[in-house]
Amino acid sequence: MSEKSEPKASETTPEPESTAPDSTAPESTVPESTVPEAPKTNQIIREIMGGNAVVSVLAIVLALLVGSILIVFTDEDVQTAAGYFFSRPGDTFAALARAIGGAYSALFQGAIFNWKRDSFVDQIKPLTETLTFATPLIAAGLGVALGFRVGLFNIGGRGQIIIAAAVAGWISWSFPMPFFLHMLVCVVGAIAGGALWAGIAGFLKARTGAHEVIVTIMLNYVAFYLVSFLLRTPGALQAPGSNNPKSPPALKTAVMPTLSDLLGVGTYRLHFGFILVILATIFLWYLLNRSAMGFQFRAVGENPHAARVAGISVPMVYIMSMVIAGGLVGLAGASQVLGTTTSGFSAGVDAGIGFDAITVALLGRSRPWGVFFSGILFGALKAGGYTMQASQGIPIDIILVVQSVIVLLIAAPPLVRTVFRLPTPRGIPILRRAGRTPKVVTK
Amino acid sequence: MSATAVTPSTAPITHETAIRRDLKAPIALDVFAVVALVLAFLAPRPGDSVFMLSTGSDAIQLPPLSAPSVVIVTVIAVLLVALAVLAHLYAARGARGRVPLWLLAVFGVLFLVAFLAWASSGERPVQVPGLLVGTLALSTPIIFGALGGVIGERAGVVNVAIEGQLLLGAFSAAFVGSITNQPVLGLLAAMAGAVLVAFVLAVFAIRYIVDQVIVGVVLNVLVAGLTSFLYSKVLTSNSQLFNSTDRFPQIPIPGLSEIPIIGPVFFRQTIIVYLMYFAVFMVWFGLYKTRWGLRVRAVGEHPTAADTVGINVNRTRFWTVALAGAIAGMGGAYFTLDSVSSFNKEMTNGLGFIALAAVIFGQWHPLRATLAALLFGFATNLQSVLGIIGSPVPSEFMLMLPYVVTIFAVAGLVGVSRAPAADGKPYIKS
Repeated sequence: MSEKSEPKASETTPEPESTAPDSTAPESTVPESTVPEAPKTNQIIREIMGGNAVVSVLAIVLALLVGSILIVFTDEDVQTAAGYFFSRPGDTFAALARAIGGAYSALFQGAIFNWKRDSFVDQIKPLTETLTFATPLIAAGLGVALGFRVGLFNIGGRGQIIIAAAVAGWISWSFPMPFFLHMLVCVVGAIAGGALWAGIAGFLKARTGAHEVIVTIMLNYVAFYLVSFLLRTPGALQAPGSNNPKSPPALKTAVMPTLSDLLGVGTYRLHFGFILVILATIFLWYLLNRSAMGFQFRAVGENPHAARVAGISVPMVYIMSMVIAGGLVGLAGASQVLGTTTSGFSAGVDAGIGFDAITVALLGRSRPWGVFFSGILFGALKAGGYTMQASQGIPIDIILVVQSVIVLLIAAPPLVRTVFRLPTPRGIPILRRAGRTPKVVTK
Repeated sequence: MSATAVTPSTAPITHETAIRRDLKAPIALDVFAVVALVLAFLAPRPGDSVFMLSTGSDAIQLPPLSAPSVVIVTVIAVLLVALAVLAHLYAARGARGRVPLWLLAVFGVLFLVAFLAWASSGERPVQVPGLLVGTLALSTPIIFGALGGVIGERAGVVNVAIEGQLLLGAFSAAFVGSITNQPVLGLLAAMAGAVLVAFVLAVFAIRYIVDQVIVGVVLNVLVAGLTSFLYSKVLTSNSQLFNSTDRFPQIPIPGLSEIPIIGPVFFRQTIIVYLMYFAVFMVWFGLYKTRWGLRVRAVGEHPTAADTVGINVNRTRFWTVALAGAIAGMGGAYFTLDSVSSFNKEMTNGLGFIALAAVIFGQWHPLRATLAALLFGFATNLQSVLGIIGSPVPSEFMLMLPYVVTIFAVAGLVGVSRAPAADGKPYIKS
């Protein structure tokens, strides 16, 4: 598994430049102690060992270990071999190794590189699958992350994706337009749909103080039933001449071009949506870190009362942030109906992405690039999970377990340090260290 | 100048009170009254509406109520308008002018009767006991979940993991109940499962000071993944052995169960529902009438003050969250020991989130949260009832109704909901 966890080391370190001042600032205020300074190399090792990168990698290792335990305990070969453990213990260990090895090599084959295929084009296909699964996860994760940064908890990803998909789908088969332009119009429609749906929650929060958690949960159901109704109503979203609650396929001009269209080889499903998602990540990074509006967003996220005193219109920030967050989530809806499944959609179009996005945002610590890489990690787990289910008979639900354990452990660095007996990083007082959980304000 | 400034004024000090009229509730009532008027005059439906008040098995039979639906709807619409006017009068009384709860309740019930009469006219009769029985059945897990949420949040720990607690409760109840064929052991297992989730929540939230909402969300995912995995891998491998539990039998309470309407609804239930009545009372009594409750609320409102008078804040929080888990676990047991006898993937179906909404909707008060949960259960049940009697409204819109009503209620009637002051904030002793 080392080849899998290596790249993650860099992925899950959100941004060293922002954590560095945190760890050095208190050090300068500490009075000079009589203990001599530790050698430079020790300090560096300590910093690396105590830093987020190691904790993240170890969290992933621990999560995969938990997954292995589940696999082993439910594996029939292991159970039979364990039945005669004391007469031939070797069998049990062989079965253990077979079960775990089979599972994780299937995961790797499904997510990154399949050495069993003939040509390189086919061998590398799993990696493109990973990015395909990651595309909507990143987009929706960005939307949820933006909410977190403003102190809003957007559980409404599901509803926003459904509405966005409905808008994009409707444009995609109703209005013939030239190639590419049509697709862009659909994407804009999806963004508008998601923005509108999330905007309702933002508006109600700003104007009446309605709790955004309740409103977004409720809007999920409203969107689901609304689109279900439209999908079974002839003349609305239902495919003509069909009795199924399903929409007609998108016109060819609205479909996002895939990587295979571009290169002319293979059967890659990776589509233009991935480019859009990269752009969205850059946009959110710029918005949050470089723009005046983003500064207001972060100020409200840190402390709405202080922000108001400083002259920031908090209601306006709530509305704007929810609108933008909804637009980002809407991008996920567009990628679903224009990229992944273009043959028409049903009310289950969100496929759990709306909720997965919350864990993606948490793992990414609500930083744009963190979300980007955690989305790719979860995309890899998803792509590999399907292969694992098909070839090893391990239910894909185990991926949920692995994902959630990763997020839990990353959220509690002291726990991981205790498990592995790592040194506590110096210069961070106890309280500070304990508080170094992801900065998410939810009130 | 200076002399007048020092001379104390003999006039009584008058505090200026800002008159803040809150018109949200009256306006919401206006909207519903207008809807009723529209139903009465613009979209009248011919025929009679029949309300059945007794089931076939009742000892005391009440005759069915029957009247032309136009008459019922018109009369009620006029009453609703009167109530809305009354609400405006209450609101106009200045700062203390809040619309009383009874008015809202009466308004709601009348509106529903009008709507049912309108929807069912000329179609099949409305089975009132059946409607209410179904409401209680759908509400029970939500009530348990909401009670768990209320006491957890009163102690200052936000519990988003109610969904996970219900789900693990349902799973362990089915699993243990099937192996032992003892529903009581299943119930205990459900409580143990949910307490396990609560322990993880408490350890991460209190010991490791991780954001509580994050832990809750992640725990939901963890439990969903774990139970679905074990369901596919273990329960379905031998569902006869692992996933078909005995259910609790219905225990009619002698005497009480024969009261018309009330009897079949409240007193012909399983032990879990009776436990629910007990839990609602005990949580209310415990929180507001005992020393324990005072401590819990103190810890949730002002942990520093609580600590100053010698209450161990984090220990109180830890055990309160565990207790909340046990209560939510009983709600989980309801799924597999009362309504159906086997576990299914993600069978709680988001009810834990509805329970969370009920906590906030009920303003962190056990009784109000229970009422909110009943409202959600009723609205969900209404849809299936209207499906049977053949309503002219598409079923999706009926299914949507409870959620839309909740949004309206949260935005209009409840407005700014105030959580316990230290809700979700870890206590770090300095």
